[in-house]
Amino acid sequence: MSANVNTSLPLEYQTEQSRMNILGFWIFLGAEIVLFATLFSVYGVLYKNYAGGPTHQDIFMMKEVMIQTVLLLTSSFTMGVAIWEMRRNNKKGLIGWFILTLLLGAGFLFMEINEFIHYIHEGATMQTSAFLSSLFVLLGTHGAHVTFGIFWATMVIIQIAKRGLTPVTARKTFIIGLYWHFLDVVWIFIFTFVYLKGMVL
Amino acid sequence: MKLKMLVLSLVTAVPLLFLSGCEMVVFQPQGPVARSIMELINWSLMWMLLVVVVVFGLFGYIVWKYREKPENMGYEPPEEHGSTVLEIVWTAIPILIVIALTIPTVTTLYDLEDVPAGYEEKEPVVIHVTSADWKWIFSYPEEGIETINYVNIPEDTPVLFKLTSAGTMQSFWVPALGGQKYSMNKMETELYLVADNPGSYMGRNTNFNGRGYAQMEFEVLSQTDEEYDAWVKEVKETAPKLTEEKYMELLKPTHLGRLTYSNTHLAWINHADHDSELVTDPEDYRYHGYQGKIFDQEDKKSNEKDTTDVENNEEDHGGDHSGH
Amino acid sequence: MEVTIVGIKWDEILITGDPIILGSQIAILLTSLGIIGGLTYLKKWKWLWREWITTVDHKRIGIMYIVAAVLMFFRGGMDGLMMKAQTARPEMSILDSQHYNEVFTAHGVIMILFMAMPFLIGLMNVVIPLQIGARDVAFPQLNALSFWLFFSGAMLFNIAFVVGGAPDAGWTSYFPLAGKEFSPGIGNNYYAISLQIAGLGTLMTGINFIVTILKMRTKGMTLMRMPMFTWTTLITSVIIVAAFPIFTVALALMTFDRLYGTHFFTVAAGGSDMLWANLFWLWGHPEVYIVILPAFGMFSEIISTFSRKQLYGYKSMVVSIVAIAVLSMLVWVHHFYTMGSGALVNSFFSITTMMIAVPTGVKMFNWLFTMRKGRIKMTTAMLWSLAFVPNFVIGGVTGVMLAMGAADYQYHNTLFLVAHFHYVLIPGVVFAVFAGLYYWWPKMFGFMLNEKLGKWHFWLFVIGFNVTFMPMFFLGLNGAVRRAYTYSAESGFAPLFMLSAVGSVILAAGFAVFCYNIYWSIRYADRNISSDPWDARTLEWATSSPVQHYNFAKLPEVKSLDAFWYMKKNNEGITLKDEEIEEIHMPSNSGLPFLMCVAFGIVGFFLIFEWHLLAAVSTVLIIAGLIYRSFDYNDGYHIHKDEIRKTESTWKKMEGKVNNHVS
Repeated sequence: MSANVNTSLPLEYQTEQSRMNILGFWIFLGAEIVLFATLFSVYGVLYKNYAGGPTHQDIFMMKEVMIQTVLLLTSSFTMGVAIWEMRRNNKKGLIGWFILTLLLGAGFLFMEINEFIHYIHEGATMQTSAFLSSLFVLLGTHGAHVTFGIFWATMVIIQIAKRGLTPVTARKTFIIGLYWHFLDVVWIFIFTFVYLKGMVL
Repeated sequence: MKLKMLVLSLVTAVPLLFLSGCEMVVFQPQGPVARSIMELINWSLMWMLLVVVVVFGLFGYIVWKYREKPENMGYEPPEEHGSTVLEIVWTAIPILIVIALTIPTVTTLYDLEDVPAGYEEKEPVVIHVTSADWKWIFSYPEEGIETINYVNIPEDTPVLFKLTSAGTMQSFWVPALGGQKYSMNKMETELYLVADNPGSYMGRNTNFNGRGYAQMEFEVLSQTDEEYDAWVKEVKETAPKLTEEKYMELLKPTHLGRLTYSNTHLAWINHADHDSELVTDPEDYRYHGYQGKIFDQEDKKSNEKDTTDVENNEEDHGGDHSGH
Repeated sequence: MEVTIVGIKWDEILITGDPIILGSQIAILLTSLGIIGGLTYLKKWKWLWREWITTVDHKRIGIMYIVAAVLMFFRGGMDGLMMKAQTARPEMSILDSQHYNEVFTAHGVIMILFMAMPFLIGLMNVVIPLQIGARDVAFPQLNALSFWLFFSGAMLFNIAFVVGGAPDAGWTSYFPLAGKEFSPGIGNNYYAISLQIAGLGTLMTGINFIVTILKMRTKGMTLMRMPMFTWTTLITSVIIVAAFPIFTVALALMTFDRLYGTHFFTVAAGGSDMLWANLFWLWGHPEVYIVILPAFGMFSEIISTFSRKQLYGYKSMVVSIVAIAVLSMLVWVHHFYTMGSGALVNSFFSITTMMIAVPTGVKMFNWLFTMRKGRIKMTTAMLWSLAFVPNFVIGGVTGVMLAMGAADYQYHNTLFLVAHFHYVLIPGVVFAVFAGLYYWWPKMFGFMLNEKLGKWHFWLFVIGFNVTFMPMFFLGLNGAVRRAYTYSAESGFAPLFMLSAVGSVILAAGFAVFCYNIYWSIRYADRNISSDPWDARTLEWATSSPVQHYNFAKLPEVKSLDAFWYMKKNNEGITLKDEEIEEIHMPSNSGLPFLMCVAFGIVGFFLIFEWHLLAAVSTVLIIAGLIYRSFDYNDGYHIHKDEIRKTESTWKKMEGKVNNHVS
């Protein structure tokens, strides 16, 4: 297993176990795609069922959503830079960009929580209508993924700081990178099919 | 060989059982709708029987011929990877059978959506069916009468059943007259049925909906035109009026016998309307075990945030175990 | 009387007032005390912890899956017998309607999710790494976590009927019935939460096996040289990854509806009850193929072995499983043709459904032609596989009949449907797991199950099965519906219901013989058997029985399909030269998966009872487990050459003087 080391590959791909972990994570992302696709279809079925409650136009705050989008897209870019630093074997650069990524993610999360609080003040809760149930759960699932990602990445940053760049820490970082980009892609779909479409309706 | 005997007895038993099947309700259609479905079933049975005979025959032959016996212990089977020709054959034949089944299936599916052929000229009788826990409510809007757990129809006349539900989902089935369809709250599904002759047919719910499900049956009584008209007239003259309070009482999860009224509940609520109110009360469904929190039904459009908390529910749970 | 402390209604927690349930409560208590007492008396706690609970060995995990599945088979079977007893005569009153509803719900959920799936996953776990010549699965500790999550979910679901109230809305749990509006008790929370926990485990299993099969095949084993069981496991795993997330979402939304008052599936406030039915069957129909495909794989292995012939039409077998997998995603609406979605939709799904018959037919003929010109040895494992063919054909042709949308209007929700899916699932899955168990038992334990008792088990079970379910076809066509706890004497259903009940007793007698067979074989079976007792064809038989924990001293090299058969024939690669022995790296045991099982169980239990604060607090346990895992750098250990030498020479020495128990 771990005996099978190929040093010609990037650090995160060098051991057989790492290659299997990365493939396994890709397959997991496949499952995540199905999961979000299901949530999108649920939203697609229920998005006009206001049940007399607030509609898209009543509650959406496009300016804040734009800022959220910029924060998350930027964080995806900084995550890319972090991985690039890892490839250059620059531990300090990796940790720096990694932390910046998480700060951007936290900023996104802070704004999303504010958005939720605003909705609830407007009387738009998860219990109000089928539209709002599906909206909250779709956004909430994405938000929960971001939250989980921040905590997970923090663990890995501690490990990089303690152990340096090893095949194991490099693989862990690379996998979080995949996860983070995936969340960004999901957000683009949310932005398009929930917010933009909701405002055009 | 025991196995062979089992197979043989199966092969002979199945057609025998099918013959006895002539008495089964699905094979004794009492109207054109059920008859068209039965014809489709018979057509499929024929093909399926052919498949069964071929596969069972081949299976019996191969297992019998190539079984291990003391005298063939030295036989070493040949190496064989497959045969493209054979594999194409047993892909193509099932495809042909599927096509043979598909065509009548699709035409029957389309036919069942409409008034049965031959009855287009006759004005259909429209009956609204509302299923509730655990009773069937039939409303005749034209005639202005409402019956519970039985429905009278004129013979040889297409009847359009418009199905909906006051709460849980049910499936409306009169096997002697035709296939079934779901009844759902805030939805309307339609089903045409015709009875050839006067007679009494069993109808029931086939979709599980809680404790009273097993008894959720009704009678369809097909009558001659004169009898039917006389019945309508009699009901209009003698049956009591249904009030809104009485109706809400009826919707509670209970079993009722037969009831008849000389007006319909459609005057104040049609559960098929998309914005109709859900009038059932979760408290009526409390039963044994640990009781969870019940949420406000937003249907009632109460805008104030009133959260039914756990303490409140405790007062009235575990009460009415109606229905038995 | 109300007793509430911090919102907990203590007096409602245990179900009271039903003698059957009281009996079960006492039985559960006594059994638990017996197990705890026995383990303490025999001083087996440490052994249990070290050898089993913390194990990451795929073979032991597989055996734990199988043990759990047999127990669940017993539980689900008892539920089935109770249903048959209640409907044996009209107007019986063994069970009241509420109890009957809980019983058939438990029967369905347990048999599909806690019996069929774990039984198959157990056999996959034992066999697949061996078949592909690997030393373990790709992620051994994740594999243990999968098992323990399944176990956690299964145990939660199983206590429902004595603690808090059992789910009672059917295994399909259709809304609106399953919602709070019509089921305010917490019974259906058990459904949502425990299946969620078990489902997470299954998803991980799917990922694990895809990576294992794609990445860990031994040298020379190309995809088209993989044994058929490995192929079906790979495709099954792909279906798991594609379908289980849908169920995860559906159950999560159900949880939100029931626990937090959202409106996904409610009738109020714009929810859609048929959305549940769609999501459920979008997962549920592929689920049927998740359980049937591995079974097909096992039959392929067994038929090929006992006909002493290569599987006929290997390539078309592979193509047909892929075709079945694709089609399985496109047929879900056939479960509710009667919802009134129109002729066009129903036509489309009628056609896709009937098309599944084509690849299935191809497989059927390939099995028959594998036996043709063979020399068919009637072992118990082979008898199960033979009985599968005619019985499954009945299930298949009635399936085609049900697929025809217009005809389905007369079959839907009747006992005709119930008979059909039992004719698919029992020959397709139960016969398969029995066949697989008899076949691979010697590989797992180093002794065989008794063949004579096995044949008793077989004949009682197969005859009992047919007597139980054949009458249901006719009952259904005569208007008898599923899930009804009773029927009237005037209906005329009584004689066939009685026959069916008699059949279920024969069926149960077969299961009893099976249990006795396990007991007998553990006590008395000959331990001195060959590591390849069936003269089999695939790599799992190339190593010792029971398999040493590192599986293969030297990973075998594969040159063709049925690798081991040709290794034996050409006598190459079987002997182990001393210089070929190298140190072997193995993963270390871990208690974390079991602790996660406990943590998930606790959080799940609190959520089921809607004690949100307690649930939130105990989520810390799960988070702690995840953090611990993230910082865990245990890299496993190496097995010394001397140890390998010793183990290998012990079992190879045995091989010379074994007894033959097959013919």
